[in-house]
Amino acid sequence: MAEMKKRLRVTINGERYEKEVSPATSLLDFLRTDLNLTGTKEGCGEGECGACSVILDGRLVDSCLILAVEADGQEIQTIEGVGRHGRLHPLQKAFAEKGAAQCGYCTPGMIMAAKYLLDHNPSPTPEQALEAIAGNLCRCTGYGSIVDAILSAAKER
Amino acid sequence: MRSFDYFAPQSLGDATSLLRRYGSKSRLLAGGTDLLLRLERRLTEPSVVIDLKKIRALSGIKASGKGLRIGAVTLMEEIASSPLAQGRYGIIAKGAAAVGSIQTQNRATLGGNLCNASPAADTAPPLIALSARARIASSRRDREVPLEEFFLGPGKTCLQPNELLKEIFIPAPAGRSGGSFQRCTRTAMDIALVNCAVFLSLAPKRETIADIRIALGAVAPTPLRARPAEDVLRGKNPDKGAVEEAADRAAAGASPIDDIRSSASYRRDMVRILTRRAIEEALKEALGSRQQKKWQR
Repeated sequence: MAEMKKRLRVTINGERYEKEVSPATSLLDFLRTDLNLTGTKEGCGEGECGACSVILDGRLVDSCLILAVEADGQEIQTIEGVGRHGRLHPLQKAFAEKGAAQCGYCTPGMIMAAKYLLDHNPSPTPEQALEAIAGNLCRCTGYGSIVDAILSAAKER
Repeated sequence: MRSFDYFAPQSLGDATSLLRRYGSKSRLLAGGTDLLLRLERRLTEPSVVIDLKKIRALSGIKASGKGLRIGAVTLMEEIASSPLAQGRYGIIAKGAAAVGSIQTQNRATLGGNLCNASPAADTAPPLIALSARARIASSRRDREVPLEEFFLGPGKTCLQPNELLKEIFIPAPAGRSGGSFQRCTRTAMDIALVNCAVFLSLAPKRETIADIRIALGAVAPTPLRARPAEDVLRGKNPDKGAVEEAADRAAAGASPIDDIRSSASYRRDMVRILTRRAIEEALKEALGSRQQKKWQR
């Protein structure tokens, strides 16, 4: 079948984009390949690891399991939009201070999941912080330092 | 992914027209957490994908005196957190809350979970226990089937190529009722090894079980109604022995498989244990706080 492109209008980190995209493109590939926003990572590509987490119209989702065309008219926050004007977000600072990133591959997804938590619950318990990142796998840290960082960022804000 | 054309109709009529035109060449898209995997792995290669999420009539939860309606594209998170799905319908909220991570909860839909027809789907046993009905639409006619007749096998439902699941209807339970949803998994966030839902109602002013429905998941090709187990308890004021017997019958009626997650014999043991726990919890809820003594361990 001939490739049928669709026009896609999205707002990403406050900036408007308009692009032609093949319907058979995941939102993750659209962000990384078409827009060169490579902060969002592909881990498993199956919705298990959370490395590709973004916030779509206010909801934390795995961008590997969404077609780019589904996001038409919607608003997306990615890791690139978390710190503004060259300044780190409190979560990013806390992750650096607490050693919550080792290889760093899961970190963008972890930050997005943590931001989604703090957006809804500004002072989480350690259990709530752990639950908030249950959809995000980290093979380095054992999660302790990540939970510490989330709780410390919550105090900062 | 092989290329396909994409439609996002705004109305149910537009969606059923597209289905009439493309039929089995098309696949319906709700949350996509199952479909995208199948597209990526080329397990399905439709020429057309019809996205149902823009159709307002398919979204949301509505309660009336008759019962509860849940639109097919309602999110797991919306069901898990809805005040309307708490209380007497609480087991569907618990089932929805058990499906996957926050990311999945924020995307996966009730209709998608049901139409994917996994034997382990966590929303199916609670809905079957609640006597839910599937409301199905097509360009020609609408129809309604009891949810337990909706599933034909792993990945197979009774939907024809021109039909779509519109909503789930749960009739309002009569009188004093109670429910329980139980599941066991290998890790905290895995597909259920076994899940079990019980919903029962008591006879007026008595402790006799007027009606009970027990539904099991992940132990047969489709979600399974444990009728022989129900028959032990219906019309009875059950003691521990009767509950044990019902749980034994539920285990005997299950036909679980060995797979990467667990052995068949472990699953069968867990059917017995989860069914017993679910009946006990449902009875406690129905009897209320004053009459619970019998069930305290």
